[in-house]
Amino acid sequence: MAYTVVGKSVRRVDAVAKVTGKAKYTDDFYERDMLVGKILHSPYAHAIIKSIDVSKAKALPGVEAVLTYKDLPRINYATSLPGMIGDVLDDAEDEEERIKFGTAGHPYSLDPSHRDVEDRHILAKKARFVGDAIAAVVATDELIAAKALKLIEVEYEVLEALTSTEAALKEGAPLIHEGRASNVLASGGFAIGDIEEAFKESDHIFEGEYETSIVQHCHMENQTSYAYQDMDGRIVIVTSTQIPQIVRRVVAQALGIPWGRVRVIKPYVGGGFGNKQDVAIEPLNAAMTLAVGGRPVKIELSREESMTDTRTRHAFKFKIKTGINQDGKLIGVHITAISNTGAYASHGHSIAGSAGGKFRYLYPTKALKYDPITVYTNLPVAGAMRGYGCPQIFYAFESHLEDIAKRLNIDPIEIRRKNFVEVGYVDPVSKNKVTSCSIRECIDKGKALIKWDEKKALYKEQSGHKLRGLGMACFSYASGTYPVALELAGARIVLNQDGSVQLQIGATDTGQGSDTVFGQMVAEVLGLPMDMVHVLSTQDTDISPFDTGCYASRQTYVSGMAVEKAALEVKEKILGFAASMTDIPVNRIDLVDQKIVFKHSGESVLTLEQVAMQSYYDLLRAKPITSDISNNARINAIPFGVTFAEVEVDIKTGKIEVLEIYNVHDSGTIVNPKMAEGQVQGGVSMGIGYALSEQLLFDEVTGKALNNNLLDYKLPTIMDTPDIGVAFVENHEPTGPFGVKSLGEPPTITPAPAIRNAVLDATGVSFNRLPMNPQRVFEGFKEAGLI
Amino acid sequence: MYDIIGYCEAETVSEATALLAQNPNLRLIAGGTDVLIKMHGGQIEAVELLSLRKIKSLAEIRKAEDGTVVIGAMATFTKVFNDPILREVIPILTEAAISMGGPQIRNIATIGGNVCNGATSADSASSLFALNAQLKLVSQQSERLVPIREFYLGPGRVALKPGEILTEIHISPADYQGFGGQYIKFAMREAMDIATLAVSVVCKLHGKTFEEVRIGLGVAGPTPLRCLEAEVYAPGKDVSVESVAEIGKLAVNSAKARTSWRASKDYREHLVEELVQRALKTAIVNAGGEQLV
Repeated sequence: MAYTVVGKSVRRVDAVAKVTGKAKYTDDFYERDMLVGKILHSPYAHAIIKSIDVSKAKALPGVEAVLTYKDLPRINYATSLPGMIGDVLDDAEDEEERIKFGTAGHPYSLDPSHRDVEDRHILAKKARFVGDAIAAVVATDELIAAKALKLIEVEYEVLEALTSTEAALKEGAPLIHEGRASNVLASGGFAIGDIEEAFKESDHIFEGEYETSIVQHCHMENQTSYAYQDMDGRIVIVTSTQIPQIVRRVVAQALGIPWGRVRVIKPYVGGGFGNKQDVAIEPLNAAMTLAVGGRPVKIELSREESMTDTRTRHAFKFKIKTGINQDGKLIGVHITAISNTGAYASHGHSIAGSAGGKFRYLYPTKALKYDPITVYTNLPVAGAMRGYGCPQIFYAFESHLEDIAKRLNIDPIEIRRKNFVEVGYVDPVSKNKVTSCSIRECIDKGKALIKWDEKKALYKEQSGHKLRGLGMACFSYASGTYPVALELAGARIVLNQDGSVQLQIGATDTGQGSDTVFGQMVAEVLGLPMDMVHVLSTQDTDISPFDTGCYASRQTYVSGMAVEKAALEVKEKILGFAASMTDIPVNRIDLVDQKIVFKHSGESVLTLEQVAMQSYYDLLRAKPITSDISNNARINAIPFGVTFAEVEVDIKTGKIEVLEIYNVHDSGTIVNPKMAEGQVQGGVSMGIGYALSEQLLFDEVTGKALNNNLLDYKLPTIMDTPDIGVAFVENHEPTGPFGVKSLGEPPTITPAPAIRNAVLDATGVSFNRLPMNPQRVFEGFKEAGLI
Repeated sequence: MYDIIGYCEAETVSEATALLAQNPNLRLIAGGTDVLIKMHGGQIEAVELLSLRKIKSLAEIRKAEDGTVVIGAMATFTKVFNDPILREVIPILTEAAISMGGPQIRNIATIGGNVCNGATSADSASSLFALNAQLKLVSQQSERLVPIREFYLGPGRVALKPGEILTEIHISPADYQGFGGQYIKFAMREAMDIATLAVSVVCKLHGKTFEEVRIGLGVAGPTPLRCLEAEVYAPGKDVSVESVAEIGKLAVNSAKARTSWRASKDYREHLVEELVQRALKTAIVNAGGEQLV
């Protein structure tokens, strides 16, 4: 379809503000006499606090408050209090009476069985990982706060630290959360067809085991927030988040106060990648301001804190058993998975659930059985991270399928082509329908870009210690969470006197560029140039339309529906108003280039500005033109794509260099090609780090992080990142606004298996554990006799 | 926020040594890329700093009349990398300099600070070891030249006496003239990283035989070190794949690698053997020899 603004690489609406430093992030705001909050973290992975003495810390000049679990609100206590919510903090002894809450950035569910696990206190009485928040100090400056932390005396009873899922699942292992039957947080997946029957029917059975590592988001802006009480005693929190509405709800729940008593404001955000789809520091920040009579208190996590005390990516261990026919047709697949969620539930079993759910679309088989369990351990808490379980499961399955192709001597691309989904497929579990699919065309494009056939022939005969190889891997994903969770989005448009509009959305731009694409959608519908669409980037739960936030690659698709609807409503009102001004039937006129024109001739009748002015100031008819809509998207669209990678492996040193890499995406209409390219490049670089170098490491005995800083955690630099080729196969998605499907998370999913398969192609060695760093590769080559 | 309780600046070396003599608690700060990080991390507290940044003479790089290369301790890594004298006579040092950190760090970090920080991973160290660098240490009372191999005492420990300041690094003509060299930094990243192993090799040829080979290693032990067994073996041996392989093997004997979460002993030793050979092969070409195949 032909669009005017949609599909064009218009400049980001925030480009100048960000490049010139005018865009304000949380840390750029100042409140008078802002205090500083700092957190005392547990040095033990598993320990009960026997006693805690804060008297010395409290006595330090400049310390305004010291908080421990004893000061936290008790269940059913605070809600009955009128007015002064500062009173929710008291000092009763019993931990069990303290409010527990869940932190995941999921929309609230009216169904209690569908809510997130509530297993966390604002401050812990029992430490469950190294880094668990034990106490907090509010002081007049950072140095005093840091000194005060050292003066808090804590006596711990140290328990056995369960630093692996094996240890946590062992018979008789100590319980990380008392009152539970075991350290299993949850289990359960799905079964389609009869897997045993399918295996019987298959010509071949293959089995494999695959393992992924704990990695971290490493967004540029660490978690930062400040909180204060306004003149009505409400708590205002300015925070770097993807999910302001959910932060508001969780803070209120954590304090046991009515939700309306909390207001959350999200300024510009320096990246989140899922880590800010969680409520990490805001409840504590709220408690801090309550402890000092509502004075403003700021928390700014250090990189070290952000890397271990917020959220990480779940490490998975997979066992896959596959039944396949001689010709390469998959008959049955059985995947079991153990997901390590760390010390608290956070997003919990949803990650494992999402992995299986999004995997189902790519290769429908007669039988597919998925048995995941999610296990608590005494490691940092895993939560949402770009791809939400999919980088894990696609690494495992796309590696497995590559090994099968090799064993059956089938071309790895052919084996995939034989099994791809067709348009019209209805997923038996979610009932979501595949309404567009261009994975085959994506493969054609990727093959051509990397010169697959040519290089495959060239690399057949290689010698020396540097070997080259090619690999690829495919994925399917989703555009939002439907039907698992609510997909509600809101948009509000106001027509200004000059014919420009303001657009307000509840959806959050955290750097990915959603403000710009929403602006393009409005410009498209209303026939406006981009500079006549003013997008309000800040979300404020008191002011912005309701939207659940930035996650699940949902906003362009789901929130885009709301934006389109709001713009159409404004257009209808403009034409209606123009019709009433001119007495021309509304079906004869249109809005083009800021003019009301006759449909038949294009002749101008009125300018948009004339209509706008009348809508404000006509003494009889004045009624400013606005729309304020909400859209409940009870539908989903499935994006697809592929990564092609070429590597050179130094056999002697174990170093893998990615020479070329291409991601080709089927994401429907691409609203802004330049920004989409950037989105893909960022995602692929994250995938390259996942493949080759990134891993949070922990001492096996103590559970202490060994490398929670950017020197020792090997996030690739731009010098380690090859030119990343990006291509799209644009196929109009019938269910999406302007034909879009999701693109946010998908680029991260397949670089790791594509690189792994390229290394296999180059060396003949299968690496079934991430990351493939030089030490691991050296060990693998030694084992394979290459060194 | 930094826990700084006092700060003073000197404009000449004698002013600095005098201040240091007066107040032994003063902590020297050059570029600050190590000291500030330690303060930020809370490893050092309530610090009184003496900054050397205003001593302009300490940033110079020159060749003395006798051919000795003199590098001021306050020369930044950017300056070392761009210096035409160093590029011409000892490129293994300029290569080491450009491998360090990122542009912002190289613009402020100094070679003297790098050495005095005492880390085995100091990017300049393996080359300075291979070059037999000597360090000029000045106090209010005295002045002495110390070979760099005697300067590193252990992790983070160097042979600076109270009141002493490292002012210059000297490299004698006998240690670089006629030599070809090669520096390899093996790290997990191409920038912003510390080495898993740093190898610096210089060699001098006599016809088709080795006259002299010197091998400096970083991160192969608690301090930077030299591979003396391999160095003793080399003179008089044919320049051949076999002798290079033997030198690689012997180099491992000098390494004091251990297993840590960063890398295993086995892997580190494998890298020493492999990378010493790779560096030496290039050094041979740079010394005027023929490429070994």
